[in-house]
Amino acid sequence: MRLSLKAKRLALAALGAAAAIVWPALAPDAGAKTLRFAFQGELKSVDPYQINESFSLSVNESVYEGLVRRGPDMKIQPCLAESWELLDPLHWRFHLRKGVKFHEGQDFTADDVVFSAARVRGAGSDLKGRIPADADVVKVDDYTVDVILKAPNPLLINEWESWGIFSKKWSEEHGAMDATAMNATTPPYAALHANGTGPFILVSHEPGVKTVWKTNPNWWDKPRHNLDEVVFTPIANNATRVAALLSGEIDWMDPVPLNDQARVNANPDTQVLAGPEIRTIFLGMDQFRDELGHSNVKGKNPFKDVRVRKAFYQAIDEDAINQKVMRGQAAPSALMIAPSIYAEAKDFKRIPFDPQASKKLLADAGYPDGFEVQMDCPNDRYVNDEQICQAVVGMLARVGVKVNLNAEPKSKFFAAITAAGGYDSSFYLLGWTPTTLESFNVFQYIIGCRDQKTNWGGNNVGDYCNPKVDALAKSALQEMDEKKRDDIYKQAWQISLFDDVGYIPLHQQALAWGVSRKTHVIQRPDNYYIFAWVTMD
Amino acid sequence: MIAFIIRRLLASLGVLIAVGLIAFVMFRYVGDPVNQMVGIETPAAEREALRQQLGLNEPVIVQASRFLLNAARFDFGISYQFRQPVSVMIGARLPATLELAIVASILSLLAGVPLGVYSALRRDSALAKLFQALSLVGISLPTFLTGILLIYLFSVTLGWLPSFGRGAVVPIGSWWTTGLLTMSGLKSLIMPAITLALFQMTLIMRLVRAEMLEVLRADYIRFARARGLSERAVHFHHALKNTLVPVMTVVGLQLGSIVAFSIITETVFAWPGMGQLFLQSIQNVDIPIMAAYLLFIAFLFVIINLVVDLLYVIVDPRLRAAVHGASG
Repeated sequence: MRLSLKAKRLALAALGAAAAIVWPALAPDAGAKTLRFAFQGELKSVDPYQINESFSLSVNESVYEGLVRRGPDMKIQPCLAESWELLDPLHWRFHLRKGVKFHEGQDFTADDVVFSAARVRGAGSDLKGRIPADADVVKVDDYTVDVILKAPNPLLINEWESWGIFSKKWSEEHGAMDATAMNATTPPYAALHANGTGPFILVSHEPGVKTVWKTNPNWWDKPRHNLDEVVFTPIANNATRVAALLSGEIDWMDPVPLNDQARVNANPDTQVLAGPEIRTIFLGMDQFRDELGHSNVKGKNPFKDVRVRKAFYQAIDEDAINQKVMRGQAAPSALMIAPSIYAEAKDFKRIPFDPQASKKLLADAGYPDGFEVQMDCPNDRYVNDEQICQAVVGMLARVGVKVNLNAEPKSKFFAAITAAGGYDSSFYLLGWTPTTLESFNVFQYIIGCRDQKTNWGGNNVGDYCNPKVDALAKSALQEMDEKKRDDIYKQAWQISLFDDVGYIPLHQQALAWGVSRKTHVIQRPDNYYIFAWVTMD
Repeated sequence: MIAFIIRRLLASLGVLIAVGLIAFVMFRYVGDPVNQMVGIETPAAEREALRQQLGLNEPVIVQASRFLLNAARFDFGISYQFRQPVSVMIGARLPATLELAIVASILSLLAGVPLGVYSALRRDSALAKLFQALSLVGISLPTFLTGILLIYLFSVTLGWLPSFGRGAVVPIGSWWTTGLLTMSGLKSLIMPAITLALFQMTLIMRLVRAEMLEVLRADYIRFARARGLSERAVHFHHALKNTLVPVMTVVGLQLGSIVAFSIITETVFAWPGMGQLFLQSIQNVDIPIMAAYLLFIAFLFVIINLVVDLLYVIVDPRLRAAVHGASG
C-alpha cells in the first residue's frame, strides 16, 4: 500500500499543525520559578488521612494545614488556630484564625474543625491517634472550638501539624466524608483532588508518576518562599536520582546514598545537606518467650538475663559502625530519642564498648562459649540497614556469639516482626521516630509492656517489660510542665536502657538531601519537606 | 481452520488461568500488604479489620477464584496503595510502555538489519568483526548498566538528554498520551529506547547475518548471479527478502519480551510505564496491580503466539494440510 503524494503532504501538514498547537503551550513561562523535587518513594495519596507515613504527611501539608504547625526549630506555632488555652487539664480551647479561605473559596470556620476531627477518627483514616477516640470536639462559636478530654494529655497538639483541616462543605459536595476507605467500589475523590488552606494548591496528581502544585496567591500567611510551582517526581533508582540532580534536571532530592555524597559535593552546582535525623536505630531482643525461637539454646531464653543483654551491648562498637558503615554521618546515641527533641539527653553516655567485659558477662550468665541466634534485619528501610547488621554480626562473633543474619525487604521483615506476624523475631534491628517529637511516644509504642487491647507497647517486638517504667511514663502524662516531664522521663530512660538494658540503641541516622546550589531549603530533623520555606535564585 | 482456532483459544485460556493462579500463590510470599498500607503505629486490631475488609483472611483459592472471576469482566479491583481502579492505572501507564517498546523494536530493526547484512556480505572485513565483537557486548551487558552508563554520559557529562521521565506528553483521545509530539518527549525517549533496543538489535544483527550467509549459499542465488543480475539486485532483492521471513517471526515474538523486559529500563529511567508500576507494586505488596500486570503480560504472549501460529498456517501450505486433516 502506498500513500499518494497528496496524502503524504496532508499528513505532514496535520502533524505540523498538531506540533504547532502543542509546542507553544508547553513552552515554560519565562521567569516562573519551578521547584523540581524527587524522592525515592511515591506519593500514595493526596488525602493525608490515608497513611500515617512521614513522606505523605509532610508533602500533603503544603495543601492541608493544621490548627498548629512547627517552625524550622521544631517549636509549635499557631497556624489555623491563632491561639489556644488550657481552661483546665481536660479542657482545651482553640481560637481560630479569621478570614482564611480554602483553595476553592469556602470560608474556614469551626464547622470544618469539628468535621475534620470526625473524619480523622472515622473509617479509613490511618491518623485515628491524632485525637483520643473519647475526646469531644465542640463548636463554641464560628471561630472557637473546644476539645474536652477524658484524661489529661499535655501532648494533645504535638502531632496536630499533620492533622490537616478539610472543608466540610467541599467534602460533602464530593462524597469525601470518609478518608479513602479500602472497601470502596468507586475511587475516592479525595485521593486525587485536594482542597486545603495551605500555601500550595494541588494542580494534578498522577499516582506514582508526577504531582504538581502551584502557589496559593490568597494564602493567609506571608510566604517565605518565592516559588510559582512545585513538581514532584518519584525516582526510585538511586543512580538515576543522583544523575538527575547532577545534570540539573531536579533541584532537590532525598535521599543521597552515602556512596554518592562525595560526588554530589564535588559537583560545583550541587551539594549534600546532611543533618541528624530524629529517627533512632536500635537493636531489640526477644525477652518474652521462655525458649528463644531462632537459636540453638533450648529450654530457656538467654535474653531474659540482663547480663546477656548487657554483654551484647558492650560487644558492639557503635563508633566503628558510625565511622565504617555510616561514614561518620550518624550520631551515636545513648537513648532512643534524639538530643534535638530531648534536652536531658546530654546527661546520658552509652555503656562503653568493652569486649572483655562482654565475654565475662556471657560467662557469668552461663554462656562462656556464646550461643547461636538469628538476627532479622530489613535491607531497604533505613540508611545502610543491612550493612549495620553485618557489622553487628562480626562484632558479636568476636565475643563468641554466632549470629545468623536474615536480611529481608521491608515488606517481608515487617510482616514477620510485627503483631500480625506474632512478633516473630529473636534479635532484630529497627528504627523509630517519635512522631510527637517527645519521649512519651517511645515509651508508649516501643518500651512499654505489650497490651494488645490498648496498643500500648504495640511495637515492642521483644516485649521488654518493666511496670515501673510504664508507671513513670504514664505519670509524665499527668504533668503539664515540660521540664518536670523531662525529669520523669530521665528516670524511665535510666531504668529501661541502663539498669535493664531493655534495648541497645545505636544511633540517629543522618539525613542527606541533595540540593542544587541555587535552591535554598530548610532541613528539619524530622525530615519534613516544607515547600513553603524554599527559595530559588 | 475454525476448530484449530477454537482449540488454540481454549489452550490460551488455560494458560491465563494457570498464570493467574500461580501468581496468586506466589503473592503469599511477598509480604503482608496491610503493613504497607498503614503507618507503623496503627494498632493490630485496626490492621486485622483492614485484612478482613480486603478478604485477605480467606483461603488463597477463594481469593484467587474471585480475582479470576472479576478479571473475566475486566474488573481488576482497586489498588491497595493508591486506592485507584487497577484497570485505570494500568491503562494510564500502557501508552508509555507501548511507545517505548515499539520505538525500541523499530530501532533494533533499523540498526540490526543493515548491520547484519553488512556483516554477512563483508564478513571478513575489520568492520564486520568489530560489529560482531560489539554485539557480544550488547548481548551480555545488563540493561541497568547500559542505562546508567548512557545517563552518565549524555545527561550528566554532556547535558544533552534528560535522565528520567517521559517529558511533556500530549493526550490523544481520552485514554492515550503520547510523548512523540513534543521535543522533550522525543528527547526523553532516546536513551530508554536505545537501552531497551540494544539486546534486540544484537539479536537481529546476528540472526540476519546467519540467515543471509545461509541464503547466499542457496542455488537460486547462484542462478541469479549466473543470469548476470547485478550484485545489488541479488543481495537486496533475492537474498535479503528471503532472509527476512524468520527475522520477522523473531521480531514479532520478541515484542512480547520487550514489553516484559521494559521493567528494568523503565525503573532506571523512571519511565512512567507499566513495568515501573509493577516494580513499585512489588515493593508495596500491591497484589491487585501485580496480579493484573502478570495477567496482562501473559495475555500479550498468548495473543502474539496465537497470531504467529495462525500466520504460519496461512503461509505454510504443509501446515494447512495438517490442520485440515486433523479437523476433517
